[in-house]
Amino acid sequence: MADNQSGMVAGIDVGGTFTDLVELDQSEGTVRMSKVPSTPDNQAYGVLDALNMAECDLAALDLIVHGTTTTTNAVLERKLSRTGLITTQGFRDVLELGRRTRPQPYGMTGQFTPIIPRNLRLEVPERIDASGVVVVPLDEAAVLAAGQALIEAGCEAVVVHFLHAYANPGHERRAGELLSRIWPNDHITLGHAILSESREFERGVTAAVNASVQPILARYLRRLSAELAKDGYGRDVLVMNGNGGMVSARKVTAEAAKTVMSGPASGVMAAVYTGRLAGMPELITYDMGGTSTDVALIRGAEPAVSNEIEIEYAMPIHVPMVDVRTVGAGGGSIARVNAAGLLEVGPESAGADPGPICYGRGGTRPTISDANLLLGRLDPCKLAVKGGVAMVDVEQVFLDTLGTPLGLSAVEAAEAVIRIANTKMAGAIRMVSLSLGADPRDFALFAFGGAGPLHAAALARELGVPHVLVPARPGITNAIGCVVADLRHDFVNTINTPLDVLENSALQDVFAQQAKEGERLISAEPVAINELRKLYSVDMQFTGQTHILRVDLEGPEVDMATLQQLFEAAYYKRFRVELPEIRANVVNANCSVIGVREALDLSALIDPAGRKDTLRAAQTGTREVRFESGTFDTPIYWRDHLPLTFTLNGPAIIEQMDSTVLIEPDDSATGDAHGNIVITIGGAA
Amino acid sequence: MSLDPITLSVIQAGLQQVCDEMDLAFSRTAFSPVIAEANDRSDGIYDAADGALIAQGAGGLPVFVGTMQYSTRTLIGMISSGQVAAPQPGDIYIVNDPYLGGTHLMDVRFARPYYRNGALWCWLSNTGHWPDTGGAVPGGFSASATAVEQEGLRLPPVRLFKEGVLDTEIYSIICSNIRVADQRIGDVKAQAAALELGAERLDLLLDRYGDNTVRAAIAELKRRAAQQMRSFIGDIPAGPHNATAWVDSDGVVNEPLAIRLQVTHDGGDLVFDFTGTSPPCKGPMNSVRATTLSSVYLAMRHIFPEVPISAGAFEPLHVIGIEGTFLDAQYPRPVSGCAAEVSQRIAEAVFAALVGALPDRVTAAPAGTSGNFALGGHDPERGRDFVMYQLSGGGYGGSADGDGLSNGCSTIGISKAPPVEIMEQAFPVLYRRYALREGSGGAGAMRGGFGLEYEVELRRGRAQASFVMDHGRFGPQGALGGADGAPNEVTVWHSDQPYTPEHLSKEQDIPLSPGDRVRVKTPGGGGYGDPFTRVPEAVAHDVALERYTSDQARDFFGVVVTAAGELNIAETEILRSKLGAARSD
Repeated sequence: MADNQSGMVAGIDVGGTFTDLVELDQSEGTVRMSKVPSTPDNQAYGVLDALNMAECDLAALDLIVHGTTTTTNAVLERKLSRTGLITTQGFRDVLELGRRTRPQPYGMTGQFTPIIPRNLRLEVPERIDASGVVVVPLDEAAVLAAGQALIEAGCEAVVVHFLHAYANPGHERRAGELLSRIWPNDHITLGHAILSESREFERGVTAAVNASVQPILARYLRRLSAELAKDGYGRDVLVMNGNGGMVSARKVTAEAAKTVMSGPASGVMAAVYTGRLAGMPELITYDMGGTSTDVALIRGAEPAVSNEIEIEYAMPIHVPMVDVRTVGAGGGSIARVNAAGLLEVGPESAGADPGPICYGRGGTRPTISDANLLLGRLDPCKLAVKGGVAMVDVEQVFLDTLGTPLGLSAVEAAEAVIRIANTKMAGAIRMVSLSLGADPRDFALFAFGGAGPLHAAALARELGVPHVLVPARPGITNAIGCVVADLRHDFVNTINTPLDVLENSALQDVFAQQAKEGERLISAEPVAINELRKLYSVDMQFTGQTHILRVDLEGPEVDMATLQQLFEAAYYKRFRVELPEIRANVVNANCSVIGVREALDLSALIDPAGRKDTLRAAQTGTREVRFESGTFDTPIYWRDHLPLTFTLNGPAIIEQMDSTVLIEPDDSATGDAHGNIVITIGGAA
Repeated sequence: MSLDPITLSVIQAGLQQVCDEMDLAFSRTAFSPVIAEANDRSDGIYDAADGALIAQGAGGLPVFVGTMQYSTRTLIGMISSGQVAAPQPGDIYIVNDPYLGGTHLMDVRFARPYYRNGALWCWLSNTGHWPDTGGAVPGGFSASATAVEQEGLRLPPVRLFKEGVLDTEIYSIICSNIRVADQRIGDVKAQAAALELGAERLDLLLDRYGDNTVRAAIAELKRRAAQQMRSFIGDIPAGPHNATAWVDSDGVVNEPLAIRLQVTHDGGDLVFDFTGTSPPCKGPMNSVRATTLSSVYLAMRHIFPEVPISAGAFEPLHVIGIEGTFLDAQYPRPVSGCAAEVSQRIAEAVFAALVGALPDRVTAAPAGTSGNFALGGHDPERGRDFVMYQLSGGGYGGSADGDGLSNGCSTIGISKAPPVEIMEQAFPVLYRRYALREGSGGAGAMRGGFGLEYEVELRRGRAQASFVMDHGRFGPQGALGGADGAPNEVTVWHSDQPYTPEHLSKEQDIPLSPGDRVRVKTPGGGGYGDPFTRVPEAVAHDVALERYTSDQARDFFGVVVTAAGELNIAETEILRSKLGAARSD
């Protein structure tokens, strides 16, 4: 293992619109960055463009860590490899029937397209019951015939998904062996191997996603590696997983489903890292982009991870992923006055195209970004001249569509739009943190994305959150997440045993197995690690409940009496309900094995040489900005010119290439040694 | 006082947030899987004077959309007339009486007075579906009850919590009359804790904006919700719009029950006249007034999801002509089918009446049955009795938006089906099949969604199967020339002898021995628009996916698909013009 010291590391994140790169040279203490348009058809070109733009010397690079949306896009756009399913007789429609729901509580319309079409879902005689006993033996000839039929139908990948395979994987394994004789590649996914839990729809969809993105991811990584090799890069590419850890490109395709949703995860990992350095281990991440806002929770410098994520309606992917929730509004969210004469913001969005009016790409409806512009919060010189759109045009739209029906001026309407949007976002963030058992007041808000730092202080005030942490480069946070990511493997084993009959040793055996497997996987990676960390937890419930509560453990050795106490305390803290009448049940044992890489210094993300000595020298001018408490002549600073440590009172605006930070009149802002800005709500002296 | 529109929007969002947080707390702590998983619960805020709905959680079960304001109103009336003890701070009333503004007995309501500076300011209330409230059959869904006493324990409003403390005497009476009572304490505490949380959140809201401002905002929001609903009503062409929807039978007397509806305008309001609807029935397919009104409201909200859930939104909707019909049953008529089945048929009548007037908003009829199959028996291997429920979805109706969804949940619910693997872990059964019901979607320019077909076998011991389903006699209605969806089918095999219930979709306590099987085919959704105008490629695609046979493609849609699966456009055109001509003769 481990010949690479992370001397020169590049993190490259491919997002929906832009591909971002950050390269850290630890020996020189220098940073290179670039932002180029993404190339959706083959993301490799965008990656190469980003490397070229930053003038990276590929031969000198020690490590590339890559966050890709290849698999996410394939799933969400249903541009999947042709994939076949071989399943238990009588059950081929499990993937299409779902869990009998509808997309929304009200409105009897909606569509659902199963991940594998019905004609490629074939049945074979076999049946295992819930206790793992064979009821109908596997018809091996039928497996081979089905495999042959799927090959002839042009399938590139195949899933074997049998009922109760989590209890007895024998039939799936045997079918896998048989198929490997005839299948032209190694894209064979066995359901139990990706997820060994009951619930046939969730396990089946997870396996089907895995199979149907496997060939796509494999092809992409082959092409990327070849292109990089051409330019002199000879080492492994590491790929981000949805759990915020990275895995070598050679191995990542076997469990390709784990790369889905890795983009949002890397942003959260950057927050974890930044928060740890800044001494703020309890964070709510707030990533506001053009079309949506993502929120996640970090406790004790660890992200909340879930293995029950549904990435869209009826699309569960039950592998451990950083629990990132999308809460709606983005800069492009459209404001309107409804038939009740009330102002509404979103859920309709102008998206990236045409986008807000001020982008000058043909947008004609008022958005959150346009409102920020009218209030002076975004720089009118930078925006409103694009595509022939002038400030007065935006103003006219606000007056006609919102102001007149509400009896407000255009600027008042813009203020109302921001206030409603902030109220809604704050409510959504509260719901996310409550559903994860957290009171937002115990956290700081980590604001990133282009628009995050613009709204964060107002949201923090609304939520009772005392501080906002704005990292050095809010607009390329995901790429930074790639650079700082650790190696990480998460394990979940179902125990499902009442606490009073569970043996101490049974639980510890499971933990030991999990830890061993994690160590094995990490030691096989070509990356140097400083420390091996293991996190243990159990998921518990009161017998008879269906929801579970995660209880973190200090180590694998825990006796059942302590477990009972920990659970009762956690349950009371969360729900303020005591239930001495009912016994507790241990549902899952979880272990995360983390290979911690050596620490990177992020203070160079803003070039120290560019910093000025005084605030005054960093100020670029003033602008009239409207806040809730009035209109102020507000100083504008250029972030890269700010002294490393500073304190200022709001109102102020700090602009930078990739974002705008708004300091409201009652708040104060401080620069810390790592290049972050910490906003203290109500902190103005 | 005058309120700016922004404060109004912010307070609206704040009230909504209080309710959503109550919903979340209730679901996360509940034991009943019907509440925790299926979200068969709802939380809201109600006016102190008349119980009018102020705000209700967005994730609440649709059928509760209008019911709690009636139960709260009834409670307020009974308190002021002295029939029920007056409230003290910290009290929580419990009530499940269907005739006092309820649904069926299993829906248990809690109501908590909310005080501000010593005066009653509003009510907080929630409903949760308990797994059992006693009665003849476990779970409460009797197919053949003839009086409410057979359906379970009926609770008038009594204070289960007095000044914050659980009354263990009342609670012990409840526990002695229901099954699996040992876990109910978990649900009781969850239901009470959600209301407590609501009170705390409401405190913060009022502290922040001021009591008078919030009160004024509530009144203004109510006025504006009514205005919003009236603006939508204004888009509905002048009627009258008529429809009839049918319930198979009441489970006791094997005759169909008719819901006759005429929708007309009255000024800016809409009148739903149910005159001519069948009289109260002997079996449990009666509805009570609150459920009937709620069913009309939820149907309208399916059509106009933009309108907030508030008393104001329902103000312009007037329901008349239900007196003396099975939609306004009085004590002691049995009512266990009201929330699960009759409510869906009322919604179907509303959809069928308005689809012609609002063709872009309304769908053809959805499956419209909860598909309740209960299996109770003894498992000798585990040495214990068991009760298993299988609720099923069916196809949704086609619409201007597209084909109907397959295997969607009931019109009045939002719940998820339990996985087959979980059912087999818990009960001595083996599913032989769990599949899309081919050919079941009603033909149309936009076809209905497909129903579900499952077959389950008893492996050991003995058991009794009961069914409370509907749409077995008539399929869900097609619209604008679309065909009806396939009707529900129930077959029980004793060894190899098939048996069909006399009422088709309802029967109680059919004995099963090991190896006996139950097969259920749930309804497909109604088709929307003339099937002969359906894009031939879409029909061929469904044939390629084996959803329809090529014979069905020809007979239902006039589309010719060859044995090899090729679409023959030329022959399709000839066939369609021939069939079209025959139809116009």
